[in-house]
Amino acid sequence: MIGTIHNREKFLNQIASSLNRPRISEPLERPNWKYQPQYEVFKGASQDELLEILKEHCKKIHTRIHTIDLTELPAVMNEVVTEYGGGPVVTWKDERFSKWGLDSLMKEKWPSKNIDVFEWDYNLGEENVHKAENANVGITISEITLAESGTVVLFSDKDRGRTVSFLPATSIMLIPKSSLVPRMTQAAVKIREMYQETGHVASCINFITGPSNSADIELNLVVGVHGPIKATYIVINDL
Amino acid sequence: MAIKIGTEQFKERVDNGIHDDFMRGAVASAQDGMSMKRRAATTEDLGNWEEWRNHGEEIRQHVLEHLDYYLEQLSENVAKRGGHVFFAQTKEEANDYIRSVVQKKSAKNIVKSKSMMTEEISLNAMLEEEDCEVIETDLGEYILQLDEHDPPSHIVAPALHKNREQVREVFEKKLGYTKSSNPEELAYQARVTLREKFLAADIGITGCNFAVAETGSFCLVTNEGNADLVTALPKTQITVMGMERLVPTFEEMEVLVSMLTRNAVGQKLTSYITVLTGPREELDVDGPEEFHLVIVDNGRSKILGGEFQSVLQCIRCAACINVCPVYRHIGGHSYGSIYPGPIGAVLTPLLGGYDEYKELPYASTLCGACTEVCPVKIPLHNLLHKHREVIVEKEGKAPVSEKLLMKAYGLGAASPALYKIGSKIAPAAMNPFTSGDKISKGPGPLKAWTEAREFPAPNKERFRDWFKNREKGDKKL
Ligand code: SF4
Repeated sequence: MIGTIHNREKFLNQIASSLNRPRISEPLERPNWKYQPQYEVFKGASQDELLEILKEHCKKIHTRIHTIDLTELPAVMNEVVTEYGGGPVVTWKDERFSKWGLDSLMKEKWPSKNIDVFEWDYNLGEENVHKAENANVGITISEITLAESGTVVLFSDKDRGRTVSFLPATSIMLIPKSSLVPRMTQAAVKIREMYQETGHVASCINFITGPSNSADIELNLVVGVHGPIKATYIVINDL
Repeated sequence: MAIKIGTEQFKERVDNGIHDDFMRGAVASAQDGMSMKRRAATTEDLGNWEEWRNHGEEIRQHVLEHLDYYLEQLSENVAKRGGHVFFAQTKEEANDYIRSVVQKKSAKNIVKSKSMMTEEISLNAMLEEEDCEVIETDLGEYILQLDEHDPPSHIVAPALHKNREQVREVFEKKLGYTKSSNPEELAYQARVTLREKFLAADIGITGCNFAVAETGSFCLVTNEGNADLVTALPKTQITVMGMERLVPTFEEMEVLVSMLTRNAVGQKLTSYITVLTGPREELDVDGPEEFHLVIVDNGRSKILGGEFQSVLQCIRCAACINVCPVYRHIGGHSYGSIYPGPIGAVLTPLLGGYDEYKELPYASTLCGACTEVCPVKIPLHNLLHKHREVIVEKEGKAPVSEKLLMKAYGLGAASPALYKIGSKIAPAAMNPFTSGDKISKGPGPLKAWTEAREFPAPNKERFRDWFKNREKGDKKL
């Protein structure tokens, strides 16, 4: 569906006239910027070095971080969920969970222990949101991970609801070690490349750094306002 | 004026400000805290901070010079994704359009995330006339809204002037809250109350930190995650942006977001940076079904192309507010504008007119601390000086006595000699509670404000020294 545009010509003509020139009608090349300091940050760092930077920064953003091998994943996930008080758990629909050996945990072990697990299913419409709203734990996967700021990047789509990462009381984010980049710069470049290849960006891209927080009352930091109150990152060694 | 807060005259506001002990203490410690964090996140953390500033400046200048082009590109790409774009030259046009959407949807419940632009066009007043319940979901703004629409005093921390006890009282009165004044308990109450509002809302309204022309996207920067709920749950979303708030591509957005979060709150990134493109996609379950982008001029095109154009580079980080010695002393409400501090003193007269705001360019010592910290290199103190020239040209004289203003601001500039003695000036400005504070005990320095006198040229170097030392955290100076 194509949207509508109202009042544009008059508005843009006014701008051009303020700038004392005619409207720009030729396509504009992206400028060659004179300054590019953003590429210098952690330039040439290895994945191991980036992981250390990430771990260090997690201390500042109230986020627990585990770095594990793939084989340990079910046990660690179980531990974190138990510590957070069990279910209900809500997850994206994503084949990587199964690929990473989580089927028996999510589909057998948790249900048998009365931990309700709900997998996002767009056929169910609104019910997905109700499930996320009532969930204790939401589980998502980072597509790009920013070492500098301790940030995970999530792309929404029909199987990956936006609300899984912010309605549940707590949040677990799985981070493939290969997704680590120095900072937001590399994520921006990558998203642009994806856009240029496919002509598409996800309708919602979330850059999430730890649990939600606020300093609005006497500048006192309170962790857990509208989004999750606690967050854990699990970095999986996939390299 | 929609940009206006309060009804008192400038001098009364300043008078109120300097007699509000809690507010002044809160402002002083907030400035110290935020400036310290900003420094750690900018100059100390990024050795080449000056290069970042140069880059920030070149991006913003390029966009302003090609604004019509990028807005056209943005609107095309939003429409391609199924969004509706409305260009509003005035605040009335913006409100009329939003009203028509509200009526079409028969909307009654509206949730909002923090947006200066919607304050500027008095959107809430219009929505309330339409019998809508409008809920501000940023914690600071929610507190102010509950407290009978107490105006904001800072663009990043709007409830800065309130202490926890005052917040508890508001919650008790308005929400039947029975717990303590512990910020965590207060925030938890807000979480529970607002969750209901999010889930019941028909329309979500947001501002826009930066729009991205190439993809038709825009981003929202928060710590609380409220903007995510505003944009994920209601069926209809309306985003209101100032026409200058955009960048060419994701790559420039990234740079400005990094600079914004470091400067505003001293964080490398805030907890939530959300980049949205159009309404939800075909099989998506959450996100809005309908998306409207309202792009507002409201006086900006008059600034464009003129000698004040650089003020439109602003990314609303508040760094200039956090270092301003005058803001420190008189607080945010004294400016009588939703935009306080140096940025407010430059921008408000341009948007609200000199008639109403001719005193604001005098709410400055011209020390230049604001210009030095501004991440996009707006020459704020030069622009304030320019304003004064325009005003004196128009009025034939300065509207207020600068000399007496300095005294009122507690900056001790009663005589030119005092300017030279930085060490005498600083303590009064930095610690308004010292017993020797001549403002609270002195003989009302504001009385004689109507007398206009010659002002001695401020000794900029002294002030610069003072700020340098303050930047280093040497409070004893
Ligand atoms: S004028 Fe500069 S320092 Fe002040 S809010 Fe705007 S960008 Fe920040």
